[in-house]
Amino acid sequence: MEDMSAVVGSTPLRQEREWNIGWADVGPFLALLALLVIGFVINPDFLSATNLGNVITRSAFIAIIAVGATFVISSGGLDLSVGSMAAFITGITIMFMNSMAPEWGLAAIPAGMVVAIVVGTACGLMNGLIVTVGKIEPFIATLGTMGIFRALITYMSDGGTIPIARSLREAYRPVYFGTIGGVSVPILISIAVAAVASFALYKMKYGRKCAAVGANEDVARYSGISIIKTRTIAYAIQGTCVAIAAICYVPRLGAATPTTGVLWELQVITAVVIGGTALRGGKGHVWGTVAGAVILELIANLMVLSDFVSEYLVAGVQGVIIIIAMLIQRFSK
Amino acid sequence: MSTVLSVQRERDDVRSVDRHGHHPVLRAQGMSKDYGPVTVLSDVSLDIFPGEIHAIIGENGAGKSTFMRLLSGYAEPTSGTMTIAGLKVVFSKPEHAQRAGIVLVHQEILLADGLTVAENLFLGRELMRNGMVDDRTMRRLATEKLSQLGCHVKPNALVREISLADRQLVQIARALLDEYKLVIFDEPTAVLTGDEVERLLAIILQLKEQGAAVLYISHRLDEVQRLADKVSILRDGKLVGTYPGSGLTQMDMARLMVGRDFAALYPGKRSETSEDPSLEVRGLVVPGYAKDVSFTARKGEILGFAGMIGAGRTEVFEGIMGLRAASGSVMLDGKTIDIRSPRAAMDAGIGYLTEDRKGKGLLLHERLGPNLTLSSLSRFHPGLMMRRAREQTALVDAVDAYDIRLKTLGVNAGQLSGGNQQKLLLAKVLMTRPSLVVIDEPTRGIDIANKAQIYAFIHQLVGEGRTCIVISSEMQELIGICDRILVMREGRITGEVSGETMTEHEIALLATSNMTTRDKRGWKT
Repeated sequence: MEDMSAVVGSTPLRQEREWNIGWADVGPFLALLALLVIGFVINPDFLSATNLGNVITRSAFIAIIAVGATFVISSGGLDLSVGSMAAFITGITIMFMNSMAPEWGLAAIPAGMVVAIVVGTACGLMNGLIVTVGKIEPFIATLGTMGIFRALITYMSDGGTIPIARSLREAYRPVYFGTIGGVSVPILISIAVAAVASFALYKMKYGRKCAAVGANEDVARYSGISIIKTRTIAYAIQGTCVAIAAICYVPRLGAATPTTGVLWELQVITAVVIGGTALRGGKGHVWGTVAGAVILELIANLMVLSDFVSEYLVAGVQGVIIIIAMLIQRFSK
Repeated sequence: MSTVLSVQRERDDVRSVDRHGHHPVLRAQGMSKDYGPVTVLSDVSLDIFPGEIHAIIGENGAGKSTFMRLLSGYAEPTSGTMTIAGLKVVFSKPEHAQRAGIVLVHQEILLADGLTVAENLFLGRELMRNGMVDDRTMRRLATEKLSQLGCHVKPNALVREISLADRQLVQIARALLDEYKLVIFDEPTAVLTGDEVERLLAIILQLKEQGAAVLYISHRLDEVQRLADKVSILRDGKLVGTYPGSGLTQMDMARLMVGRDFAALYPGKRSETSEDPSLEVRGLVVPGYAKDVSFTARKGEILGFAGMIGAGRTEVFEGIMGLRAASGSVMLDGKTIDIRSPRAAMDAGIGYLTEDRKGKGLLLHERLGPNLTLSSLSRFHPGLMMRRAREQTALVDAVDAYDIRLKTLGVNAGQLSGGNQQKLLLAKVLMTRPSLVVIDEPTRGIDIANKAQIYAFIHQLVGEGRTCIVISSEMQELIGICDRILVMREGRITGEVSGETMTEHEIALLATSNMTTRDKRGWKT
């Protein structure tokens, strides 16, 4: 790729290959492949196009949010509030659409999406500022906002549900259930989000800064990189991603409830970690994260199809996976 | 339960005996230590006898600290054996060495800040009474032990609230709590001054009287000459030789340490410096570190900053760079600069090479290109996209210009040797095109060949019209390369030396003298 023909005179430099691939890069995809094989052995229906399509579509929310989390974790942060933030944004968006529907008709839907993005980015920005300017441990700061968002959705729904207005339901349906060229819309959206994210992380200066801040805050500071700016932006990106996921989520259940998005933070962080991004920060692996989200959903699906383990134990299995992934990171270090 | 020592009898041990008929407390034979591809210690053998003060001297990076870490169980040798009374011993933990009667007093302060003096003293070996921690006895013993060292801090004072010198004394007291056969001091006097040094030297002589062996590492050759019965010299990881302490002058020691004449190490003095100011600092205050610091660096000069560890030299420049809270006026080339952000300082034209190359200078797990351009991303990659080809070209140029030795361009910064890391860091800072370069400890942990190169680079960059400020704890280095040296003590500039007055003696005087113990008590670090 790069022109490396100008090898320095006195120093004997070996030509360097640009693709130098480590376990963190290929591991998640190998795991994904292995899982597909295991799935096929257990139940041949598993590999059917319909089943796989459904599984990947279902993994889209987690994948989109986890792509955002890749930024936060890469920069050395953590966000526990994503699940309740998703519920809160879903609630606000539905309420906004419902109240505008009589006046604006179907135009309320795109307007609601804009509201979702704005609210999501603002929520993320708030998390970021609490962590960076407020200098609060990310774990504590987002534990706090996790409680706040969860309380707000419970309050807004009065403990019940906030359903989307009937007049909007049909028109909004395709955002989750539609397909373009045979591929479901949520899959396309998550691919688009991951593509934009990998551009930002690997092709833009911001990605460098993000990885530097996560790898060694002091080195970044001594290199004139603003820690506050870099981290805050990461959290804002996380908020935007949560909003995009919430927009896809609305047509699936047609309502926001106090239990929307419960334990998503576990799935999101697990997806990032099994995707190859180190929890202590450093280089982020966007496509690994996407693979991680799909792996989680595949395992859940296998549990349903196989009858070996009760599907009620899905979160338990995810908990085990994140612990194992952390152990692998520890010992491969 | 782990075994304390893995002991193994050597059948044909040739016992070496000193002239008094003593057996060595410890024999080290053929000790080597590699860190990855880098050999820091190679084939060092030493017999250490009881009742003897044995000084180990050598330049930074000569392998002294590594050797001491091997002897005291903080690291395991790559090859070589240690024997005590004919028994082969292997220390895989400091506790093992301590149980064998060997203790290391560290150069760095390793105390728990949030605990009290007494708690630190007894950390890990608390005295018990009726199944409970016996605080009262520990406090009493702490007061006793510390007053023997002439340290009068309260046993229930928090360590973070006492001065750096007192912390060092607490650390020494901690090592002397039990009786050891061999006590190793790694530059114990670096942060001590006047009275405290004297008191410590008295303690060391007392240890010798009691029949303990003392290994003493110091850069202060005068102390070595006063104390040492034997002097061993390390250079580039090898033992140059062991000499009787009485037979060596300080000049002899210096020559043996460096291995060649100083004239060859330092580039010749330059004559031309301008009178125009480059950096003007007025009334700089760095809370807790520097009080009312004012100085001017002239264009094209190499200005040195000397002083003891903890004198506030690094902190002054971290303050100027916006890396630390500070107030005061800073002008560069006649323009006032904002000292609140590192970015602003860099954009204004100040480059700062940190003394902590591995912790703050380079991303060790990242490749060389991203490291090189990290301070100057906007210049390398204008617009939205990164220009990797441009970065790669700059790296190839820098490798050439700074003679960075490497196997392939694809290595991570952490895989380079210390000297090559320092050259990479220098290249990285110069990428920001500074008109003033501040270099903090330019040659710490660097071998002699790289040192000479770094000095040549410093000369080259002032030759190109830049100004250079060098902070160093090595007086000879400052004298060798600087046009003028400012000396700091306890957060203030205490004097300036140049020309005739530029001697180690003069600098040491300004860095340490006229201090009563009382003055220092109020000084918080």
